[in-house]
Amino acid sequence: MAGFKLRRSLLYVPGNMPSMLQNIPIFNCDSVIIDLEDAVPLSEKDAARHLVKRFLLNYTDRNKELLVRINPLDTKWGYEDLKVVLPAMPDGIRLPKADTPEIVERLDTLLTEFEEELEVEIGRFGILPSLESALGVINAVGIANSSERIFALAFGAEDYTASMEIERSRGGEELFNARTRVLWAAKAKGIQAVDTIFADVSDMEGLRAETELAKRLGYTGKCLVNPRQIEVVHDVFAPKQHEVEYALQVIEAIQRARQLGTGVIALGGKMVDAPVVKRAARVLRTAYAHGMVDTLIDEEAIHGAQ
Amino acid sequence: MALNSLGREIPESYAGKPLIPYGDPYAIRPQGNVAARPLKRVNPGHNKRLSSLREAIEASGLKDGMTIATHHSLRNGDFLLNRIVAEIAAMGLKGIWIASSSVHPVHAEIIPHIKSGVIAGFQCGVNGLIGEMATKGELTCPIVVRTHGGRARSVIEGSVHIDVAFIAAPCCDEYGNMNGYYGPSACGSLGYAQIDATYASCVIAVTDNLVPFPVVPVSIPQTLVDYVVVVDRLGDPAKIVSTTTRVTTDPVGLQIASYASQVIEASGLLRDGFSFQTGSGGISLAVAEKVRNAMRKGSIKGSFGCGGITGYFVDMLEEGLFSALMDVQCFDQEAVQSIGRNRAHQEISADMYANPFNAGAVVNRLDCVILGATEVDTSFNVNVNTESNGYLLHNTGGHSDTAAGAKLSIIVAPSIRGRLPIVRDRVTTITTPGETIGVVVTERGIAVNEKHAELKEELVRRKLPVKDIAELQREICRVTGTPRPLEFEDEVVAVIEYRDGSIIDVVRRVKE
Repeated sequence: MAGFKLRRSLLYVPGNMPSMLQNIPIFNCDSVIIDLEDAVPLSEKDAARHLVKRFLLNYTDRNKELLVRINPLDTKWGYEDLKVVLPAMPDGIRLPKADTPEIVERLDTLLTEFEEELEVEIGRFGILPSLESALGVINAVGIANSSERIFALAFGAEDYTASMEIERSRGGEELFNARTRVLWAAKAKGIQAVDTIFADVSDMEGLRAETELAKRLGYTGKCLVNPRQIEVVHDVFAPKQHEVEYALQVIEAIQRARQLGTGVIALGGKMVDAPVVKRAARVLRTAYAHGMVDTLIDEEAIHGAQ
Repeated sequence: MALNSLGREIPESYAGKPLIPYGDPYAIRPQGNVAARPLKRVNPGHNKRLSSLREAIEASGLKDGMTIATHHSLRNGDFLLNRIVAEIAAMGLKGIWIASSSVHPVHAEIIPHIKSGVIAGFQCGVNGLIGEMATKGELTCPIVVRTHGGRARSVIEGSVHIDVAFIAAPCCDEYGNMNGYYGPSACGSLGYAQIDATYASCVIAVTDNLVPFPVVPVSIPQTLVDYVVVVDRLGDPAKIVSTTTRVTTDPVGLQIASYASQVIEASGLLRDGFSFQTGSGGISLAVAEKVRNAMRKGSIKGSFGCGGITGYFVDMLEEGLFSALMDVQCFDQEAVQSIGRNRAHQEISADMYANPFNAGAVVNRLDCVILGATEVDTSFNVNVNTESNGYLLHNTGGHSDTAAGAKLSIIVAPSIRGRLPIVRDRVTTITTPGETIGVVVTERGIAVNEKHAELKEELVRRKLPVKDIAELQREICRVTGTPRPLEFEDEVVAVIEYRDGSIIDVVRRVKE
């Protein structure tokens, strides 16, 4: 289970709003993305990064993953954002406009330098690149492989539709190709895929439909613009009771199989082998996060003793 | 001075009456019989109608030093109390006590009559300016704050005797039969006025909607009513709604509501036969909505919804999620309309609702109640009467009654108000004792009273953010800092009576 981190909900919080920052600990999203980019007006760029630094330093009892969306590295703010915020130890950086592998590699290099300077483990700071243009989507595979720090690819539909010179619709049909391409790149690399925001905070049905679509395609999480959206997203990503029950049966069956000295066994007339066990394990990890099962299954249950 | 069991200093007497310090929620056993009032005889042909309030007050025999009462079912839309007090003042009466079921901000109009001595004091709690001025020392009049059930008790046992009850009757006939269901000033349930009608020496029905005899259904019968007076307007029912009636959209409020509803689900109480009370207000309604969804999902058929009734509970009744509503007071127009058309929407008196000294009140049958707080302390004591500035601003309502009655009482409150922490070492004023509070829910965590150890275990199992209440306080104070304590004079400006008549706390004048 090492390295597994549930990222169903990644909530954006503006970096220049103290009242919202101080509420970060209370919301039960999996990750927070503190925004220094689009949410922060030019006149407040400097103030915001210092506010975020103070907040992170005081947030000692951390109960969720903390990412910071910096300004793009080709702006005059991007480097300064890193310099001020990294000593306060966020978990990672959300990199906007990650259009090419080179952009991500540059961030990777900078992070390594900061890690050396801060005397922390190399690789401590993760990267969540935003694929939010036609170029970024085309380069998805290269980007996914550009740094070992990347734990997921994020698709950003707002900027993507702008770069395509199209409107974003409620049904999102125009996003289909881009969504799948980002997914392929992520799955091929074995990392997570995070879907774009849903901007209409009052439209919970629309949010649910879009999240269901994203989940069906293979996305593992979604970015959010308002805490009210967390519940719907978690609800969609929660395994269904029958899925949990089946997963428990699969684990039990494979353990029985191992006792018999085989890696394959039939369950209810269907073959249970490694991919089925892997899927069951993922369901049970998610179920654990939702409080649907009491214990986290151990590695040995999935892979068998060495 | 004596210390009560919660460590509050209670004077030996107040406004000429000896005080009993609070001991525990259930121990005091009443003695004696219910209060009596004069027998009456009305022969055929008698006319109860009088032409004006003045005439009615004269006919009632109201004298200096006597006690009057009104009900607060029109809440901040009530016109009657102001008119009566103005009339009493014009008649030159002095030293009148008010024992209404509650007093609202709209009644600030009577403040000059308090200053001039027409009004001597309040045998009830007050909302708004009167209490604030009393705490600042700008107004001198005793105030005895009572719960809804405690007020009913005090009148029924006779410790408060109402000489003249003025009952705003939205639908009334000339012989005094009335209900609150219909008419331009319809307020729904007359649950509080039923006590006044039964125990006052003289009962005056005041209406702006005189209808042909007989009014049906009868909420308060002709047998209790001495006089009937018609006025142009009783009040503005649009102002019955005092807080919001919409589910909150504030993410912090929704987070609190989400935790509260998960506590209810974890409690095991949410099953067929579930009974439930919430107030109005955005967070309470958000909890109600989540509970409603959970009931739908689990096909749970509840027993009854209780209390101040909102349109939200009406919808749940009509959807079949409750089999009845027990309504002492309607909180909005939807509830007013429902009580007039739906037999399963039952009007109940304040006695039946919450009086601790009868053969069993409805609050005793509650599974779960959602309550608010201005402050909570680390012993789970709750303040709803005063704000953190020390001003007496709110009446108790049914807070202590439902907390004592329900199997599980849940306080919902944001952890920070203004810039102040909600959890304190010591609340400014104790309204409701911690031993009757089950759970405190804030957006920063859930504190469970140790008497609910099983529930606590279940909440931990469900990975909810359960925290020791002192730990929760420390966490909040890390954000807010620790507020400087308020300073008070010795002078007692109000006493907070627990539902059984003992004194749980006093409100002292604030040092300004």
